Amino acid sequence: MIDSIRLYARYLGISLRAQMQYRASFLTAVATRLVQSAIEFLAVLALFDRFGTLRGWRIEEVALLYGIINVSFAVAEGFGRGFDTFDRMIKSGEFDRVLLRPRHTALQVAGVELQLLRLGRLLQGLIVLAWASVVLDIAWTPPRVGLLLVSVAGGTCLFIGLFVLQATLAFWTTETLEIANTVTYGGVETAQYPLAIYRPWFRSIFIYLVPLGAVSYFPAMAILGKADPLGSSALFQWLAPLIGVAFLLAALRVWGVGVRHYRSTGS
Amino acid sequence: MTPYLAILSARFRMLLQYRAAALAGLGTQLFWGLIRVMVYEAFYRSSSAPQPMSLEDTVTYLWLTQAMLHLIPFRLDAEISAMVRDGTLVYELARPMDLYWAWYARAIAMRTAPTLLRALPMFALALPFLGMRLPPSPWSFLAFLVAIGGAVLLTSAVTTLANISLLWTLSGQGVSNMLQVAVMFLAGMYVPLPLLPDWAQVVLNVLPFRGIMDVPFRLWSGDIPPVEAPHLVVQQLAWTAAFVALGRWVLGRGTRRLVVQGG
Repeated sequence: MIDSIRLYARYLGISLRAQMQYRASFLTAVATRLVQSAIEFLAVLALFDRFGTLRGWRIEEVALLYGIINVSFAVAEGFGRGFDTFDRMIKSGEFDRVLLRPRHTALQVAGVELQLLRLGRLLQGLIVLAWASVVLDIAWTPPRVGLLLVSVAGGTCLFIGLFVLQATLAFWTTETLEIANTVTYGGVETAQYPLAIYRPWFRSIFIYLVPLGAVSYFPAMAILGKADPLGSSALFQWLAPLIGVAFLLAALRVWGVGVRHYRSTGS
Repeated sequence: MTPYLAILSARFRMLLQYRAAALAGLGTQLFWGLIRVMVYEAFYRSSSAPQPMSLEDTVTYLWLTQAMLHLIPFRLDAEISAMVRDGTLVYELARPMDLYWAWYARAIAMRTAPTLLRALPMFALALPFLGMRLPPSPWSFLAFLVAIGGAVLLTSAVTTLANISLLWTLSGQGVSNMLQVAVMFLAGMYVPLPLLPDWAQVVLNVLPFRGIMDVPFRLWSGDIPPVEAPHLVVQQLAWTAAFVALGRWVLGRGTRRLVVQGG
């Protein structure tokens, strides 16, 4: 285990040094992403400026959801990049080499790259989150802070789990399907707003199938101390982020099945 | 005129081949459209204050943005980018035609073909099932058609200008990303422009970018009456002329100082 962690740290170190070779290009790319996501948030601000509230939610409350989900996604994109581009590994036959090495396949794929480019989104998410936590009239007791951190961690696990599942599909399809992006990027867009505003069938997707609600909406309810129109209990709200971790573990199981089904493309 | 039309039609027919990509994109656009419509419905239900545009018109506007997303100058022309990098641009310069209009013809094809491929199936789904409405009168529809023509000319001029910037930047990734987000916001892709703050309207009205989406889409829904179409189209054409003039000037400077890479 220790050995695996050390190996993973080595992988990440190599990836970081490689990316830092093009420093100016790296900095402009990060700055561009920062501006991009800032403009996206501007759109949310504009809507609140126009309509005042969103079904009883104020902008700083929605900003909390926005911050949790965007920070989780940015971190997951950074660490899960190897899964995101996994179809290249299948197509080039590089995965054959991964199989030969005496380490867990998922660890090696995750170690392909630590993508620093996502720093732009991460920064913007953190800024929104920091702003929300200052403006919100909340006593930041240790349990609340803890729940916020666990939510972000659970969200990160959930998104990495989604990347793993998306990559697993490539064992059968060879090409990553664009449709998978609807649940990742579309999920981020959905979970930026309170789940209660969506139609029941649509909301169910993000509660039961891709449990994004468990790492943003439900814990946010507990942090904000709001009464949930969906009727979740306080106990559930506090424990919900763990579902994200369970999702990742389940995804890794499915990955294992995929690995056993792997047929090399033979190039 | 003929060589440019030939480029336009050849590129257009070539880009029409990417039907599978359009179909895959359709699913994503549909999903995003659904999210956005539900979010706006919730916002409208949260406020009793009179809004600058009705919910029905906003929903129609949102589906139009999803369907005609490719009017936005997404991505630069990959072939021009490759030509600049590997030096085959010299062949392009040697041809007996005006480089600007040749690239402009390519840009028109690049904007219209993907838009057409995605818009028609999206209309077929959104009109009967998803709350999108038909134009209130034939005049509104006619005004929409004319304004879409203007939008294509305008966005193609912006695209061409961005493509020309490749002569300096080579990769164009940064330019392309920034341009995309800025135009998306200012054209009404993120938030329908009438819903932006009132003080911003003054600025948006003088900027060229609402001509790419906001103007034709509101003509469709009747939020802008068809009688206002003529002066809005003139505005689109004036901005197009300005972007063309700027593009030609920049291209002239670029080709004079051009250093061809590679041997």
